[in-house]
Amino acid sequence: MTLHRPESLEDALALSGGGAALLAGGTDLYPGLRDGAPPPELIDLTRIASMKGITRSDSGWRIGGATTWTAIVKADLPPMFDGLKAAAREVGSVQIQNAGTLAGNLCNASPAADGVPALLALDASVELASAGGTRVLPLEGFILGPRRTALEPGEILSAIHIPDAPGQGAFLKLGARKYLVISIAMVAATVTTRAGRIETARIAVGACSPVARRLSALETQLVGATQDEVFARTGAYAFDELSPIDDVRASAGYRLDAVTALVARTVANAMETL
Amino acid sequence: MSLDAPHGHIGFTLNGDSVTVATSPTARLSEVLRESAGAKDVKIGCNAGDCGACTVLLDGAPVCACMIAAGQAQGAVIETQVGLVADDPHAARLAQSFQRHQAAQCGICTPGMMVSAVALLRSGAPLSSEAVEDALGGVLCRCTGYRKIIDAVLDASGTAPLSTGGVGAPIARLDGWPKVSGTERFGDDVAPEGALLARPIRAPYHRAAFRFGDLDAFRDARGLEVILTAADIPGENRFGVIPGFEDQPMLAEGETRFKGEAVACVVGTPEAIAAMPAFPVTWEELPSITTPKGADKAALLHADRAENVMCRGYVARGDAGAALASAPHVVSGDFSTGFIEHGYIEPEAASAVRVGDRLEIRCCTQAPFMNRDGIAGLMGLAPDQVRILPTAVGGGFGSKLDLTAQPFVALAAWITGKPVRIAFTRTESLMASTKRHPSEVHMEIAADDDGHILGARFDGVFNTGAYASWGPTVANRVPIHASGPYRTPNYEARSAGIHTNTAPAGAFRGFGVPQSAVAQEQLYDMMAEKLGIDRLEFRLRNALRNGEPTVTGQVFERGMAIDACLEALKPAWETALADCAAFNAEHSGVKRGVGVASGWYGCGNTSISNPSTIRAGITAAGELFLHQGAVDIGQGSNTVITQIFAQALGVSVADVSLIGADTDITPDAGKTSASRQTYISGNAARLCGEALRAQILRLGNVSDTAVISFDNGLTLSDGDATVQVPLSGDGYVLEAVESYDPPTTPLDENGQGDPYAVFGTAAQLCVAEVDLALGTTRLIRMVAAHDVGKAINPLLVEGQVEGGVAQGIGLALMEEFLPGRTENLHDYLIPTIGDVPPIDTLIIESGDAHGPYGAKGLGEHCLIPTAPAVLNAIAHATGARIHHLPATPARLRAAIKAL
Repeated sequence: MTLHRPESLEDALALSGGGAALLAGGTDLYPGLRDGAPPPELIDLTRIASMKGITRSDSGWRIGGATTWTAIVKADLPPMFDGLKAAAREVGSVQIQNAGTLAGNLCNASPAADGVPALLALDASVELASAGGTRVLPLEGFILGPRRTALEPGEILSAIHIPDAPGQGAFLKLGARKYLVISIAMVAATVTTRAGRIETARIAVGACSPVARRLSALETQLVGATQDEVFARTGAYAFDELSPIDDVRASAGYRLDAVTALVARTVANAMETL
Repeated sequence: MSLDAPHGHIGFTLNGDSVTVATSPTARLSEVLRESAGAKDVKIGCNAGDCGACTVLLDGAPVCACMIAAGQAQGAVIETQVGLVADDPHAARLAQSFQRHQAAQCGICTPGMMVSAVALLRSGAPLSSEAVEDALGGVLCRCTGYRKIIDAVLDASGTAPLSTGGVGAPIARLDGWPKVSGTERFGDDVAPEGALLARPIRAPYHRAAFRFGDLDAFRDARGLEVILTAADIPGENRFGVIPGFEDQPMLAEGETRFKGEAVACVVGTPEAIAAMPAFPVTWEELPSITTPKGADKAALLHADRAENVMCRGYVARGDAGAALASAPHVVSGDFSTGFIEHGYIEPEAASAVRVGDRLEIRCCTQAPFMNRDGIAGLMGLAPDQVRILPTAVGGGFGSKLDLTAQPFVALAAWITGKPVRIAFTRTESLMASTKRHPSEVHMEIAADDDGHILGARFDGVFNTGAYASWGPTVANRVPIHASGPYRTPNYEARSAGIHTNTAPAGAFRGFGVPQSAVAQEQLYDMMAEKLGIDRLEFRLRNALRNGEPTVTGQVFERGMAIDACLEALKPAWETALADCAAFNAEHSGVKRGVGVASGWYGCGNTSISNPSTIRAGITAAGELFLHQGAVDIGQGSNTVITQIFAQALGVSVADVSLIGADTDITPDAGKTSASRQTYISGNAARLCGEALRAQILRLGNVSDTAVISFDNGLTLSDGDATVQVPLSGDGYVLEAVESYDPPTTPLDENGQGDPYAVFGTAAQLCVAEVDLALGTTRLIRMVAAHDVGKAINPLLVEGQVEGGVAQGIGLALMEEFLPGRTENLHDYLIPTIGDVPPIDTLIIESGDAHGPYGAKGLGEHCLIPTAPAVLNAIAHATGARIHHLPATPARLRAAIKAL
């Protein structure tokens, strides 16, 4: 049994690709073992300084992949990030927020990952480092399906990039209890307004399709809407992007029904705060 | 840097001490802290971050140690409950506050709760209920209903002293300090050093045939100690809890009847077990049934039970058919509930040691003597060859009455002669432990124009699972209780327990009565609405009063106090109705409603003997020992029984040293179930205290009013006279052993008779808020009025009520075990700290004719009215009535849309 604890991304990349599993917060890896033995070789990414924390770049923001949800909650960030912060507060529990990381949430690729809609609504892209170099993919192109991503063997999701933009973020999660709950559905939005009407809206929905989805058509339709009109236009929207399933948490029909209300409320909440 | 085993010695600071452990760096930190560093105050409840019991501070931040690789703690500072309470002033004060508020019941979640709370207190953030809930939201508790935990954290800097006194005083738990300081020892905490591990092999299908490969070759190749199968069982391979219904094999033979049933048990060193590849067994899935529908035509689970009917229950009085046919008003409906998991945070655990021709078993149990006899039967031993030593119990609620983990370690230790331990995983616990019976109820109720109940008919089908367990108790108890605590002159109730290929349904707080109350109390609301009568007034009009017969014809001359409970709710009811009306006038998307429901429950076994015995002795040194065998599973019997005994003896509780349940030295106080300990064991304790007092007073030749003191040996003060009682000899110089068995009578073919000597009653009120578009329910408050006869300890009464209410909320809103689908605590949801609203407990003391100092039992009563009160509040808020529980957002939204 080996646990590598590299202190630089280069060292981590040199170790990866040989079958060792990547470990950050452990909040998905260990539960996934279902009481079984841990993998024989793990690479702990939590000591790599460049993978932690939030920095401002020329074009926007860089969040190290191993940044925890708690670090997001505590960071001083503009209103655009309020949706991501709200999502961070709703991830599991304080214990999970203290350990769990953004990169882990994305790489685990659960359809119900709380971080994904908020990052989609921020137009996030992911930085994938490998020994051969670094590539950047839009988040929408990174998560391919349930538990499936574009991460190649030997690659590490080293950072998340978020372009600078004006706007107010918001996030709502629907679950059957207050804490420690897997989402039935969740919605994130980033909105700008002019004179009380929507100028731009970026909206994403999670847990209602194999991968969280942006609602591009609705985003267009909402341009120019007042808060009241948001409810009317959302109510008339068909949500063709979504393909929810029945599971132990809720029926597909309920998810679609609830999403209508959740989307309108999330957008309205963002407008309210502006 | 890499940490490689076996060179990987991991060093960290644990509670101020530098610790180095030789362990795998990828092992879960929780396991390493417990097994290598001795931190048994770190509890393991789920291994998945779902329960928070293993919360520790890692460099100051609360994390679940079950999801941290041990190597990630290299160089870190780790703090656990034990170290915090010893060294951190916040934690030391918090521990006192936990005691003051009874924030720990069973104590299994307490480490996680306190560690999380210390992080909040250290942060200096302003304290509010919301801040506490956010900080503690990652720790599940199944006993307390969370409110007293919130109170304790908010009051962490308080300095109020603990209460003192005897019967009637809200004293802190006598067994509380170990729980709040981290030294309590639960089932898996006492496993002998170096013990072998037992791991059952369980069926992956609801029903299956199976064939083993070459077990001897597998054992030898893998260095295992032994592989147990049914052929190894020296006694009879069946156990159970009801005479005549012992039908469950320890290890299945030929065919398994439910998913999770054990067919073999592998025993070996922890290393050999961890390295074990797939066990050599071939499964053949067979057709199965998981609900009673069609069970009459399905393959029989037990050859002697036709149509898969385990048993039926029946109570009839008057002529229900005629009353329903001729009544001016009838309401009827179908209602159903699903499997409910007990969800204690401590999974089943046991260890066993063979001592000569005896077995000593340490385990978390609610029924040590029943366990002893059950093990003796499996092992082919005499009962006195088996010793059960109960540990602290991390929640029970009925499921730790049955044998679970004990048989595996008993058989393994017997055969190998070596110590053996086992702790179920959460998944095993969910798969294999008993559940609350799913119910399908049809009920009709008839009333006259004035709102008087004329009659009721009840037909309940209960899924009792693959084995009987406590199913017969449910079948018998439900028809007696399905009327609710109301005057019902014409009544007919039938019940049936049906076998299916699911985990055995057994005992769970209420034995079927919570399910029948869901139907009956909702129908009461429907009738009141139909008649245009205030729902509380309608219940009061029909409340069963002293001198009136129950549906079994039993008449109580005192102690039937449902009218007092309902009256006590009136002020809150009127306020809540007005508040809701005002709120609803202002809001369109969310609506509030008020619900009320009653419940009753007969304390003790139904119409059969169930005695308790309590023993006490005084040594020559003047030490007073109470052998208190009524197992405390968190409800508080260690404290309550001692208060009663001390009162009867006429001494302070501080004079009494407790000796707990141990089948060798403490007599049988019966099982901790059926709300019987305060009433039955309490009476035995009262008799024991009185008998010992009489002996002492006789020895001192003093009057009945003499005061006993242990300040200086055994001293008696009688008026102006002081008498020193001479004590000499070995062991107990003075000793008393007394028993109590409730006076009941058998029921006739129509269920008529006196099944219980004592009924407790309760009425609860709920204010709920429903988001109409989402179907989500938020509870605003609960008010619970409970007749406990006499509150031996009001603080513990409140704890029972709040914990029961929380379980009732779970039943109403979120809980449903789906066999094979919800085998973890993130798919099977129980309420978190954010789901239980403030609860006001109104204690009614009617003074029971039989109970000690007038006290009744309380445990089951607390959750019986809760679910229907919540559902009635939802219906009042929305107009939508939920017939099939739980009222999840999806179901409630569908019901609202269907209006």
